[in-house]
Amino acid sequence: MFIQLSLLILLLPLLGFIVLIFSGKRLSRQGDWFGTGLLSITLILSVVMLILKLTGSPNETITSVFNWIVFTDAMMVGTLAIEFGIMVDNLTVVMLVVVTLVSTLVHLFSMGYMKGEKRYSRYYAYLGLFSFSMLGIVLTHNLLLMYIFWELVGLSSYLLIGFYYEKKSASNAANKAFIVNRVGDFGMFIGIMILFTGFSTLSFEGLFEAIGSGQLPFDSMGWLTASGLLIFCGAVGKSAQFPLHVWLPDAMEGPTPISALIHAATMVAAGVYLVARVFPMLTADALLVIAYVGAITALIAASIAITQYDIKKVLAYSTISQLGYMIMALGVGAFTAGFMHLVTHAAFKAGLFLGAGSVIFAMHKVLHDQHDHKTDAQDIRNMGGLKSRMPVTYWTFLIFTLAISGIPLTSGFLSKDEILAGTMAFSTLNGHWLLPLIGFLVAGLTAFYMFRLLILTFHGKPANESIISNIKESPKVMTIPLMVLAALSLFFFYSFNPIGAASGWFYSAIERPTSIVPEMMQPATWTVLYEAIHSVHTLVMILSILIAGVGILMAYFVYSKKTISAEKLAQRAGFLYRGSQNKWYFDEAYNKAFVSGSVGLSKMLHWFDDKIIDGIVNGSAVVIRGFSKVSNWIDTNVIDGLVNFTAWLSQFAGKVLAKLQTGRVQTYIVYIVVSFIVLFLLFV
Amino acid sequence: MESTFIQWLAEPALTHFLIVSAILFALGLMAVITKRNIIMVLMGVELILNSANINFVAFSRFTELSLDGQMIGMFVIIIAAAEAAVALAIVLNVFNRFNTINLDDLNILKG
Repeated sequence: MFIQLSLLILLLPLLGFIVLIFSGKRLSRQGDWFGTGLLSITLILSVVMLILKLTGSPNETITSVFNWIVFTDAMMVGTLAIEFGIMVDNLTVVMLVVVTLVSTLVHLFSMGYMKGEKRYSRYYAYLGLFSFSMLGIVLTHNLLLMYIFWELVGLSSYLLIGFYYEKKSASNAANKAFIVNRVGDFGMFIGIMILFTGFSTLSFEGLFEAIGSGQLPFDSMGWLTASGLLIFCGAVGKSAQFPLHVWLPDAMEGPTPISALIHAATMVAAGVYLVARVFPMLTADALLVIAYVGAITALIAASIAITQYDIKKVLAYSTISQLGYMIMALGVGAFTAGFMHLVTHAAFKAGLFLGAGSVIFAMHKVLHDQHDHKTDAQDIRNMGGLKSRMPVTYWTFLIFTLAISGIPLTSGFLSKDEILAGTMAFSTLNGHWLLPLIGFLVAGLTAFYMFRLLILTFHGKPANESIISNIKESPKVMTIPLMVLAALSLFFFYSFNPIGAASGWFYSAIERPTSIVPEMMQPATWTVLYEAIHSVHTLVMILSILIAGVGILMAYFVYSKKTISAEKLAQRAGFLYRGSQNKWYFDEAYNKAFVSGSVGLSKMLHWFDDKIIDGIVNGSAVVIRGFSKVSNWIDTNVIDGLVNFTAWLSQFAGKVLAKLQTGRVQTYIVYIVVSFIVLFLLFV
Repeated sequence: MESTFIQWLAEPALTHFLIVSAILFALGLMAVITKRNIIMVLMGVELILNSANINFVAFSRFTELSLDGQMIGMFVIIIAAAEAAVALAIVLNVFNRFNTINLDDLNILKG
């Protein structure tokens, strides 16, 4: 039952892709209704599955496997079967709903946003492929298949980020996203190979069983940690963690609904989902690294977000920062909190991006009507005062902003609060005080930059009256997804208790899996973590509300009241401000280190190729040419000479002998008589 | 010396016939080789055939072959007649084609 449903959910978007890519243009309205309809069906099926699973068999893990490729006599391992399998547990069903929900709403929103664009049907085809790949990652039961879908996500993100490929920046961004992701995927693949070499299986169940029974890859605990971290590399790439976060802001070159899809439900969520999937086999050391990577990512991204002016760039960095949060939560062992943040974040971040899309759409339309090609439709300095012009967008945007800032009664408050409590409890247990410190700092920064964005965009005086006064609210097809997501950003969808997620259905559905690594490598804090969380919970809640409030007030005073001058603040901050505005020079550093490094290397190799290899080739060519000249001389003079001499000899002999043949009968008779006489004389 | 030669002449034996035959053969061969006219060549061939006939008859007369030689001689004469007819027909055709029966001009097979 679950298997059939999940197969249907997996394959419907693929059907959409196939139909739209081949015959999308022939369908009415270029087939947008087809893709959207299919995704709506998968959404309904996913919700049905979620309800059935949580009410029917909440503790079961349902798998269905068949052999996909069988090698009967593979090298070294004997019989090897590559399995195609589906695994459904609570994590899967929750994730399915998140993916299909956001994807459906993005489909719907795109009907308005992408209206009249070139390659409209192709856009919907790509959306279907993207959804299919992501659903594949969610449903698969083994690492290899996950890796395949993982790459498919990479491909479809490449196609969508570079959707406006006429723009150089868009095609560059697509390349960057793909290549940076490859770096992470490379690590992930090595991790998969280590695990496969160690255990000869790739399915999660098989791996966990093998590790749980005390086996270790290459009989070494170090390799287990290493394989966990290498698989985490894949998540670093896809979920844009430090140091591979650089692709995500550039990915804003794609259409804005795509940003919503990538940043909320599909691509970046894949990394967090991967870590959640392999969570039981991560050792304490690996988890600590993961926690710190998440914390560093959260801090760096949040510090960059506060100085950006492009509405989408701010949201991009906030995505990276929130992903860092999730990874950090998983790292400290607050599994449920991290995963819950993924779900709640999916709703409000998709909403933020769609809201930004709505604003950009409206701005763009006015600028287009006024034939203004200079003003940037995405720069928040060109906006302001949109509140009265776009009421639905404004109010939903406000709810999303409150949610991401972690204000009570929102979903973001529930999950963020739990993450902060988790890091706090973790630090009280083993003294990693940097993690909660970063956590709270980032919470404050988040509230600050989100309200800065909100105020600059929707409040205050319009930057340009002639543009703003012509702005109109976006069509219904775009505002309805916003309203749906705004509703989903409220607390009661996740827990009926607005200040405690732990009593809600989510916490009972998603439990931290038990660790299966050898006992001495398990995190010592896990057994007591929940108690510790419980004891610090109230304190953390008060602190987080206070810090978010401070951030909001700061934003209010700086950007709305202007009692604190933003310029003076920037001057005071000095190099911090410049660093933040220039994204801490990551792109420049990578350009210097990797891009010019590889360009230099390729130049050197080119020189080597040009001078040494070509020299050898040319030298051997000269030698061969000389040799062939000699051989040519021998051929023409000696060999041909012999042949010609034979021919000449036969010709000569023929000429001489031809003289004997006079054509006269009587000559022949003379020959006969003479020869007869000669024979007679000789033999008689 | 003179008497022995006359005596030898007076007692005809095989050798005499063979000498006549050889002379006849030589004459025929000379005609075949030297004459330019095809008809003359054919006549030479007849001479050669007849020299052979003389040989047959002579051997038949002077050895124990009884009448075998004469028989072959008869055959040769008959076949010579047929051969002459065929040969003359060929000569006619040659003349029709080349407008000459001079053997020196009939040399289209010259190498």
